[in-house]
Amino acid sequence: MQSYDSGAAPLGDSIQKTLTDLEVTIEANRCLNCYDAPCMRACPTHIDVASFIGKIATGNLKGSARVIMDANPMGASCARVCPTEELCEGACVYKKDDSPIRIGDLQRYSIDWLMRNDDVKLFEPGTSTGKRVAIVGGGPAGLSAARDLRRFGHAVTIFDARDELNGLNTFGIVPFRLSLDVARWEAREVLKLGVDVRAGVRVGVDVAMDALVAEFDAVVIACGMGGVPKLGIPGEDLPGVWDALDFIERAKLGREVGDLGDRVVVIGAGNTAVDALTCAKRLGAERVTMFYRRGEEQMTAYEFEYEFAKQEGIEFRFYCAPLRVLGSTHVTGVEFVRTTIPPDSIKPAPVHVPGSEFLEPATAVISAIGQSRLTQTFDALGIAMDDGVVRVNDELQTSRPGVFAAGDCIFEKGMREAMVVEAAEQGKTAASSVDAYLRSGAHV
Amino acid sequence: MADLRSDLAGIKSPNPFWLASAPPTNSGYQVLRAFEAGWGGVVWKTLGDPIVNVTARFAGLNWKQNRLIGLNNIELITDRPLDVNLKEIRECKARFPDRAIVGSLMEVPDRAKWRELVKAVQDAGVDGFELNFGCPHGMSERGMGSAVGQQPDLVERVTSYAVEASEIPVIVKLTPNITDVRHTARAARRGGAHAVSMINTINSLMGVDLETWNPIPHVDGMSSHGGYCGPAVKPIALNMVNDCARDPEVGIPISGIGGVSNWQDALEFLLLGATNVQVCTAVMHHGFAIVEDMIDGLSNYLDARGLASLNEVIGASQNKITTWENLNLNYAIVAEIDQETCIHCSKCYIACEDAAHQCIERAVVDGVAMLRVDQDHCVGCNLCMMVCPVEDCIDMVRVENNLPPESWKERSARAALVSP
Repeated sequence: MQSYDSGAAPLGDSIQKTLTDLEVTIEANRCLNCYDAPCMRACPTHIDVASFIGKIATGNLKGSARVIMDANPMGASCARVCPTEELCEGACVYKKDDSPIRIGDLQRYSIDWLMRNDDVKLFEPGTSTGKRVAIVGGGPAGLSAARDLRRFGHAVTIFDARDELNGLNTFGIVPFRLSLDVARWEAREVLKLGVDVRAGVRVGVDVAMDALVAEFDAVVIACGMGGVPKLGIPGEDLPGVWDALDFIERAKLGREVGDLGDRVVVIGAGNTAVDALTCAKRLGAERVTMFYRRGEEQMTAYEFEYEFAKQEGIEFRFYCAPLRVLGSTHVTGVEFVRTTIPPDSIKPAPVHVPGSEFLEPATAVISAIGQSRLTQTFDALGIAMDDGVVRVNDELQTSRPGVFAAGDCIFEKGMREAMVVEAAEQGKTAASSVDAYLRSGAHV
Repeated sequence: MADLRSDLAGIKSPNPFWLASAPPTNSGYQVLRAFEAGWGGVVWKTLGDPIVNVTARFAGLNWKQNRLIGLNNIELITDRPLDVNLKEIRECKARFPDRAIVGSLMEVPDRAKWRELVKAVQDAGVDGFELNFGCPHGMSERGMGSAVGQQPDLVERVTSYAVEASEIPVIVKLTPNITDVRHTARAARRGGAHAVSMINTINSLMGVDLETWNPIPHVDGMSSHGGYCGPAVKPIALNMVNDCARDPEVGIPISGIGGVSNWQDALEFLLLGATNVQVCTAVMHHGFAIVEDMIDGLSNYLDARGLASLNEVIGASQNKITTWENLNLNYAIVAEIDQETCIHCSKCYIACEDAAHQCIERAVVDGVAMLRVDQDHCVGCNLCMMVCPVEDCIDMVRVENNLPPESWKERSARAALVSP
């Protein structure tokens, strides 16, 4: 890992505070143990929060960790990356008085105990059904599906294009939010139940999708999404222009990102943009600025992410759209134009303000304007999609019988959230649906 | 400002807050610190033949993050020579002549020995005596403490030994480890006691260490039953104090002891018939300084109510306690939930559903979730109000049924009249 003397916190320093035993005692005992608790209802995976906190209070940490992991195979990463303010803690009955129970911190305490006690065995594979399920993509959704399918007794093979499992948890979330160790541990926990892993195998390239459907009794597609799409402006292929996910991955895995220089421009205002901004700052860039073509209110990053970025010393420029990246052999700047959002527009789309162009010097540019869709996989199977989003029913079955989908590949704005916890729940749902499908005999 | 001066059977103190005979009153050093903090009086750590203590001696009962809601001890009486204690009593009395110093005494039931002990301690200048007929552990095996306090005839006889030798008021400290404390309180009066104090500690065994399976506390792996005190015993103490306060055969002032931790606790003891209170566990937990708010809080309370002195509260609720058969069967209250302050934890719902009368409904009205009481079936038991974490969110409201008051005693008498 590179180190710079910039005064910024090191890249590997977790932003999460580990609770002391005293804090845990006080916090766990403060929980009211609500009936039909709102926190549980707010959790996409429906972790019985009151139960796991109560078990911490009685010193039953194995039981506590089991309650969490039973409901959420991604309980370790969720204890670090979940937007708890929007979910469990936002629903806590103490929220009214602005003192919700620190559910995320307590969950991390419980799972940290589990991570330190490797001999503790929480789950067993189910009695073998003789059925074989292929999972395309070993990220949070795929791993969750694999874990539950193994508990149901089905044989599972995970195909993943990468050399490591756990998808964005491993490659796409900045290390100070989720370390490699935790992402790897989480995948190993699933593999303990006996999963065949074909890492480095690209479905659709190295193995045909059709072949999987023919060979396996059912298929779960959890391939996530692709890289950051093109900005569609001149100069974006210049050295020094980064895809945010590629940038974060290299930084997280300790690979060379080169000299970012002292002026880093990040384009986009989502959670990945915040990750890229703070990552660049912690790598030593002096001035890191976010540019967004809409306003502060339209930022898609969570409020707490935005706050965190402010604390890390990030600068923010709103209503600025990039026109072109400048430079001959390396990026030297970006030309922006000011934008405005017409007040009466129904779907507020920013429009350029003529004559407001300006040049922003830059030593590096990181694009974080979203993720592209991986449509070929589904096209190859003739699976129905809507605007690149796989069409699924409530059971997460695609238009093709025996093929299910979960995770970011079915993420749809306004419909589903692209959160780890949501992917975990979808993985569980897909596993249950596959199990019902296989037991119904419909696949024969 | 209200007059907080207190007079227990002639023993005067500037306020009704005394330290009970216990570890906090073990030495002159501690008693001086206590007086500096403002305590009105102390009952010195029980005097008698110095003993040898064991380690460990105490254990605490914790509830969730709250420590010491109960305390168990197997410490005995003073382990220091009598002359050392008496010398320190003289010094304390000289430094703080306005405060009450009461000598707690323990001795085997022998007239001559009692006379000797009473005379010696009286000479040190104490304002009164408290006879320790209460300690349930250790000393009782040697025929003292609760071994005396559990036998009314012994209580009467040993009290008389002390009273006949004493020129100052004698308080008898009673054990709660008995079926009906009024019998020993009456015996103390017959023996000539000027006041009784209660309760001493309750027989207890604090627990077992789940790692070692040793009892808590343990002395080299073994233990014996101890004496239990602290906030958790207050309701037991209040009941015994009130039983004696209402009993004309007891008829002497009562010093209330048992879980008093603040001025509010103290007021409850006074309202139910105690003349003053004694404190131990709260000081063992927080130190002598707690007396400042005890005095301040009590004073402000009395001022706010326009009450001039303690005499206006002592025993004021005493006769609101009766036997069950006299309670009004026609008095009806039901629960009412304030929707504004409700935080929707549903604790009232599950408590009523599983443990009471299934009278709380989880409703959705105009898309808003709410908890509602079925007041037609609510029996007014209080449980929902008790489990509600929000103060005053659930209120028990009077239901006007236009029925005249009628007790079980009256109703059964009426039934007997009408039946053939």
